[in-house]
Amino acid sequence: MKVILQNLTKKFPGRDRKKQEDVIAVNDFTFEIPDGKLIGLLGPSGCGKSTTLNLISGLLKPTSGRIFFGEDDVTDLPPENRGIGLVFQNYALYPHLTVRQNILFPLQNLKGKDKLSKAQMAEKVQEAARLVQIDELMDRKPGELSGGQQQRVAIARALVKMPRVLLLDEPLSNLDARLRLQTREEIRRIQRETQITTIFVTHDQEEAMSISDMIVVMKAGVVQQIGKPQDVYDGPANLFVAKFLGTPPINVFDGTVRDNTLYIGNDAVLHIRGVADQNVYVGIRPEGFVLQEHGPFGCSLRTVEVMGRDSSVVCTNQASLNPVIRAIISADNKVDLGQKLVRFSLKPAKVFLFHKETEERIDFTADAMTAKEGESL
Amino acid sequence: MKQDERKQKGMKPDEINQDVRMRDEIRQDTVKQDTRKKIRNYSELKGWLYLLPAMLFLGVFMVYPLIDVFIYSFEEGYNSASQTYFGVGLYNYSYVLHDPYFLQALKNTFLLVIITVPLSTGIALLISVGLSSIKPLRNLFQTIFFLPYVTNTLAVGLVFMILFKKTAYSDGLVNLLITWFGGESVDFIDGPYWAKMFVLCFYTIWVVLPFKILILTSALSSVKQDYYNAARVDGTSKLRTFLRITLPMISPMLFYLIITGFIGAFKAYSDAVALFGTNLNAAEMNTIVGYVYDMLYGDSGGYPSYASAAAIILFAVVLTITCINLLISKKNVHY
Repeated sequence: MKVILQNLTKKFPGRDRKKQEDVIAVNDFTFEIPDGKLIGLLGPSGCGKSTTLNLISGLLKPTSGRIFFGEDDVTDLPPENRGIGLVFQNYALYPHLTVRQNILFPLQNLKGKDKLSKAQMAEKVQEAARLVQIDELMDRKPGELSGGQQQRVAIARALVKMPRVLLLDEPLSNLDARLRLQTREEIRRIQRETQITTIFVTHDQEEAMSISDMIVVMKAGVVQQIGKPQDVYDGPANLFVAKFLGTPPINVFDGTVRDNTLYIGNDAVLHIRGVADQNVYVGIRPEGFVLQEHGPFGCSLRTVEVMGRDSSVVCTNQASLNPVIRAIISADNKVDLGQKLVRFSLKPAKVFLFHKETEERIDFTADAMTAKEGESL
Repeated sequence: MKQDERKQKGMKPDEINQDVRMRDEIRQDTVKQDTRKKIRNYSELKGWLYLLPAMLFLGVFMVYPLIDVFIYSFEEGYNSASQTYFGVGLYNYSYVLHDPYFLQALKNTFLLVIITVPLSTGIALLISVGLSSIKPLRNLFQTIFFLPYVTNTLAVGLVFMILFKKTAYSDGLVNLLITWFGGESVDFIDGPYWAKMFVLCFYTIWVVLPFKILILTSALSSVKQDYYNAARVDGTSKLRTFLRITLPMISPMLFYLIITGFIGAFKAYSDAVALFGTNLNAAEMNTIVGYVYDMLYGDSGGYPSYASAAAIILFAVVLTITCINLLISKKNVHY
C-alpha cells in the first residue's frame, strides 16, 4: 500500500497563555512512500517524527494537509478504519492477558461481515506468532517475557489483522545493544516476508540506516532530506543532516574558499572548482582522512584509540568546531604517539562544504592535493 | 591426619602437600561460612530490633486485648470491677445469639454491608470514570466530590436529619419533594423499618463515596494512555475497552476498596448514631458494634462478657468474609 502525505501540518496550541504562539510539530510534510518499503523517520527528539507517525495512524488529527493510503483519502478516518498496525515504544501489551490473548485481542473486535470463527482466529494468531517466532511463549504473560520477546509479541499483535500499513514507534529503544541488532534484522525480515509498507520512527541514525529502504531526516518539524540511506550519507543536503548521520560524527571546521583552493586555518587542503570565494563550513567524515607524512592538513595529536579493526586518531585543530577531531584509519597504520603533529590528506568525496548562513551544501568538484603541493603552499 | 601417619600410609610428599592444602581450604571455607552466618544473624537481629517498637505497641494495645476479650467471652458473668466470674463455658455466646436485639443488629449490619458496599463502589467507579473522561473543571469536581470526606460525620448526620426528619413544624425536605410529586409522606427517622434502613444506607454510601472516588480516580489516571491508544487502533468498543482493559488494570485498587468497604461496613456504628440517636435498640437500627457498645456502657449495659462474645462473633464474621474475598480476588485481580 502506497502512503502519500500531502502538505501535512500539525500545530499544537501553545502552553503559555500570554504567548499564544502555536507549536508547529510537523510543518508542510509532503512525501510519497512507495508500496512495500521500509521507511525510517529519523531525527533528534522533539523533531516531530512521532507526531508524524501518530498522524498517519490517526491518533492525531492534522491541522491541515491530507493523507492517502493508495487511492483512499484516510485523513478523516478514525484509526480503527484505516487498517493500520501500530507498535508502541513501550509495546503497550496488556499485562493481564497472556501472549495468545494479546494477539487475539484485535481479532475479537471485528464485527459484522469481518467476524471470524474461533478456529479462524486461532489459526491467524498462530500464523502471526510463527512469523515473529514466539509460538512457544503463547501462554505466558508479558511480564514473564524479555524485552525482545515483548517486542515480538507487540509486532505480532499489530500484524495479526494484516494491516495495510505497519507503524513502529521507536521499536528498538527499550532493548539492549545486542538485542537491538538482532531485533532490527528481525523487523527487516518480517517486513520482507509480509511486504507490508512499514514506517518506523527512531532517533538512532545507525538503526535507521541499517534496515531502511529510505530514510526521512527531520528537524523541528521540517523534513530535511529524503533518500536512500547511503545517498543521504554521501550527499547530505545541509549541515544538520551531515552532523546527524554517521558515527563517529562528522568533523566540522571553519574554512575559506580562495582562488579555487579550500583552506582550513592556514592549510590549503583541497583544490576545488565551481565555488566562489567565501567563508564556508567544512565537514569531513572521519573516514575521509588519509594519514600521509607530508599531507596538506596538519593537526596536533592527542591520542589514538585502537578499536581492533581500525583505530581512531584523536587530534585537535584551531579551526575545528568540534572539541576534538576524530579520524578513522585502518589499524595497519601505526601512529607514533610521541609525535606532536599528524598530517593528513583528504578524500574529496568525504569532504562537504556548507554555506555559512543557510548551512546548505555547496556542490564542488575537487582534485586531491598531492603532498608536494601541500608543502609548497 | 598427622604427618607421620601420612608417611606411614605410604603417601608421597606431593600427595601429602596436596592433602594438607585441601584440608586447609576446607577449614577456611567453614570459617567463611561461620562468619557469614554470624553476619546474617546480626543483620537479622537488627531487623527485629527495628520492628520491636511497633510490635510492642501492637502487642500491648492489639494482641493482648484481643486475647483478653477472647477469654472474657467464655467467662460467665464477668465483673470488671471485682474481676470475678461464675464459670467458664459457651453461655455468653448462647445468650447473645438468642438476644433479639443482637439478631436485629446482625440483620441490620448484614443488610448494610450487602447494600452499601457494592452500591458505593459501583457509584464511585461510575463517577471516577466520568471524572477522568472530562478535562475542563475536573479539579473543581474532584474537590466537590471530596468535600463530604472532610466533613464531620455528625454534621452530615444533622443535614440528613433536616432532609429526612418529620417534625411538628415540617415534614422535611425529602418528604416535601415526595408530596410534590403526589406521593405519600414517610417518616424516615421514626417511621417504618425500610425507610430507616434506606436513610442509613443512603447516608453510609454518601459518607464513604469520596474516599472511594479519590482512590479510583488516581487508579484510573495511572492506566497508561498507550493501552487506550492500542485498543483504539484495534477498533475496540468503549464498553469492551472498559471491561477488558480498564477494569483489570485497576482491579487491585478496586479490590482494596471492596475489602476495606466490607470491613468498614461491618464495623458501622457512628453513622447509625448520627441519624437515630444513641438509643438504637429502640429504633431497631442497632449494628453489631452498637450492640457491643450498649452491652458495655449503654443503659442496659454492664455486661462485658456478652459484649466480648458479640465482639468475637463480629471478628469471626469479618475474618470469614475477608478470607472469602481474598480467595475470589486471586482469580480476578491482576497485580
